[in-house]
Amino acid sequence: MVPAEKHGRTAAVVSKWDYAPAPEAKDIVKIQDRYGLFIGGKFVEPLSKQHYTTIDPAHEEPLAEVAQAGKADVAKAVRAAREAYATTWSKLRPSERAKYLYRIARILQERAREFAVLESRNGGKPIRESRDVDLPLAAAHFFYYAGWADKLEYAFPNRKPRPIGVAGQIIPWNFPMLMLAWKIAPALAAGNTVVLKPAETTPLTALLFCDVLRQAELPPGVVNIVTGDGRTGAEIVAHPDVNKIAFTGSTEVGKAIQRALAGTGKRLTLELGGKAANVVFDDAPLDQAVEGIVNGIYFNQGHVCCAGSRLFVQESIYDAIISKLKRRMSTLRVGDPLDKNTDVGAINSKMQLDKITSLVQSGIDEGAEIYQPPCKLPERGYWFVPTVFTNVAQSYRIAQEEIFGPVLSVLTFRTPDEAVEKANNTPYGLSAGVWTEKGSRILAMAQRLKAGVVWANTYNRFDPTSPFGGYKESGFGREGGLHGLEPYLAFDE
Amino acid sequence: MLATRSIKKASKVFALDLAIRCMDLTTLEGADTPGKVAALSSKAIRPDPTDDSIPSVAAVCVYPNLVPTALERTRGTGVKVASVATAFPSGQAPLDVKLQEVRDVVAMGAHEVDMVIDRGAFLSGNYAKVYDEIVRVKELCAGKAHLKVILETGELGNYDNVRRASLLAIAGGADFIKTSTGKVTRNSELPVALCMLEVIRDVHEETGRVVGMKIAGGIRQSKQAVQYLVQVYETLGPAWLTPDRYRIGASSLLNDVLMQLRKEKTGRYQNPDYFTVD
Repeated sequence: MVPAEKHGRTAAVVSKWDYAPAPEAKDIVKIQDRYGLFIGGKFVEPLSKQHYTTIDPAHEEPLAEVAQAGKADVAKAVRAAREAYATTWSKLRPSERAKYLYRIARILQERAREFAVLESRNGGKPIRESRDVDLPLAAAHFFYYAGWADKLEYAFPNRKPRPIGVAGQIIPWNFPMLMLAWKIAPALAAGNTVVLKPAETTPLTALLFCDVLRQAELPPGVVNIVTGDGRTGAEIVAHPDVNKIAFTGSTEVGKAIQRALAGTGKRLTLELGGKAANVVFDDAPLDQAVEGIVNGIYFNQGHVCCAGSRLFVQESIYDAIISKLKRRMSTLRVGDPLDKNTDVGAINSKMQLDKITSLVQSGIDEGAEIYQPPCKLPERGYWFVPTVFTNVAQSYRIAQEEIFGPVLSVLTFRTPDEAVEKANNTPYGLSAGVWTEKGSRILAMAQRLKAGVVWANTYNRFDPTSPFGGYKESGFGREGGLHGLEPYLAFDE
Repeated sequence: MLATRSIKKASKVFALDLAIRCMDLTTLEGADTPGKVAALSSKAIRPDPTDDSIPSVAAVCVYPNLVPTALERTRGTGVKVASVATAFPSGQAPLDVKLQEVRDVVAMGAHEVDMVIDRGAFLSGNYAKVYDEIVRVKELCAGKAHLKVILETGELGNYDNVRRASLLAIAGGADFIKTSTGKVTRNSELPVALCMLEVIRDVHEETGRVVGMKIAGGIRQSKQAVQYLVQVYETLGPAWLTPDRYRIGASSLLNDVLMQLRKEKTGRYQNPDYFTVD
């Protein structure tokens, strides 16, 4: 017989039934001390002779020295891309192009763990996201566009699609590999060659990707990777022999690019900022909506252009949503990006952390009510506690400006009309979310919300077959799906 | 986020120990005999005869005819006897018959009654009938036996119905709501269990009333049990990590848990022959 008191033990254990640390091993990926520029199929020393240090934002430790490409370097890369375009890539049978893309996709899948670890170390995002979202989606984009490479005539019937030449592509630091895939896959599938610049703070996975290109035996010069800060980007934009610019990043830089390109005849697609409305109606399944809200704003530390940063809650369920949201926030684990249990990782850079901090301060100063769950942050590195603001007025900066951090502003509405009016009352128009059990209301809202993507009863869901892009100051042009091929093609019409 | 690999060492031992303490060791077969139930009851009291530190399970769960045997074998221990009732597993019998069955098992002395809802009535929209039946059963149990209401979620079709049935059961007086009978193809599933836990959480927040949760059917491995325990911990908090509020209905699970516990202690997996089969 077992004595009864045995049943009452272990209460002390319950209070600390914590997850044990579960760090992903770092040694799966080897980081070089120093990287050159990937031009013409090999790494070369930058003519600028300049390098800068890229760091691990979770520990503020240097990871590698990376080249700062200057004007001559960009010119060299564009030359290599032009030559590859003229001599090989545009002449290749489309089914052969497809083979290369499939090969890249498969190698990416095989080496996904390496890339995921490097992505998390260089960018600060949780390994759970880089492993389960960024890398699978990046590979999926290559697979998807590989399929289109020899079916362009079918995709655009009677329009005689042909490639346009050399594409200059500039990508952001929030999803380095995924954005690389969004840019490179459709460009190559359409028959173009590429000069791509990864973001200043997150160049390492793009540089590792060069090794994938070599493994896939992609002809030299078809993809060239040049690293550097905004000055390098400006050189790509300014280069006369680039036929198209594709940019994902801030609205401010996007405007500058558009000004620079005016009158040059170069094509342009821009995917810029956002301040998405996530609209929750009173008939929505609340717990499910709360998961969507959390995913909408705290995914990737809120470094997401389509983040659901403005939450609109119907007044009748306001108290219930806020209390559920606060409870859910208290379970978010903030910390080591390489730990498999981490929900919220490190802020990408000091600069971004300062921007978030100052915008949050403005929210407090303007009179919004701040809530942050109790949360112990690591001592070193850049961190920000998941934050929610209630009592927010439409006129506050935190309701108007893109914060690009784990900060949610909550507003309320009474009727669907009011929700639409307030949701559209922003210079941006990239994405939106609707939470309701009523199908007709979903369709009505999707019609009226001025946003490129409207998610219904879900958020931040991506698929290569679905076009993505914005209205107004969120940019123009679409990436993903058939729509994503069009900017990389010229037509006889 | 129910990654099992990060439940380690002390936390894992705690989880496995808890899984035993919350277990309703079950046999619900046509072939059940007093001999079989007697053996099972002994196992329930002392799951591992070679290890004193292993606790008893919460209850044994049997068909009505075997309640006396189970009671006799567990008398004087903390182990409860639960009986299924109301024409388990289908619930397709006249109300009088079902109520008489409940009356009988309560009279025999069962500590807990696991009733099934009338899915036929539920799916034809006759919610009043379902509710009424639960209320009548509750009246018979009140003060004498704990009432667990089985929703048989695998037959309900969607989350809306699971939530609705959970609320009906709770409103009707359920002390516990339970996922499944274990007799249909789809048994306990994590997402469905979460839906039920959220109902319990909402009811607790709005009224302060505490309702327990029982998962049953298809839980054979320690890993699954730990996932469910983590789920209840993350949804309802540590207060629900007790046999008074959480149960796992299972039969073959127990030996797997014992094997895992032995492994944690000795560092080696033992041959299944070292654990009694009852």
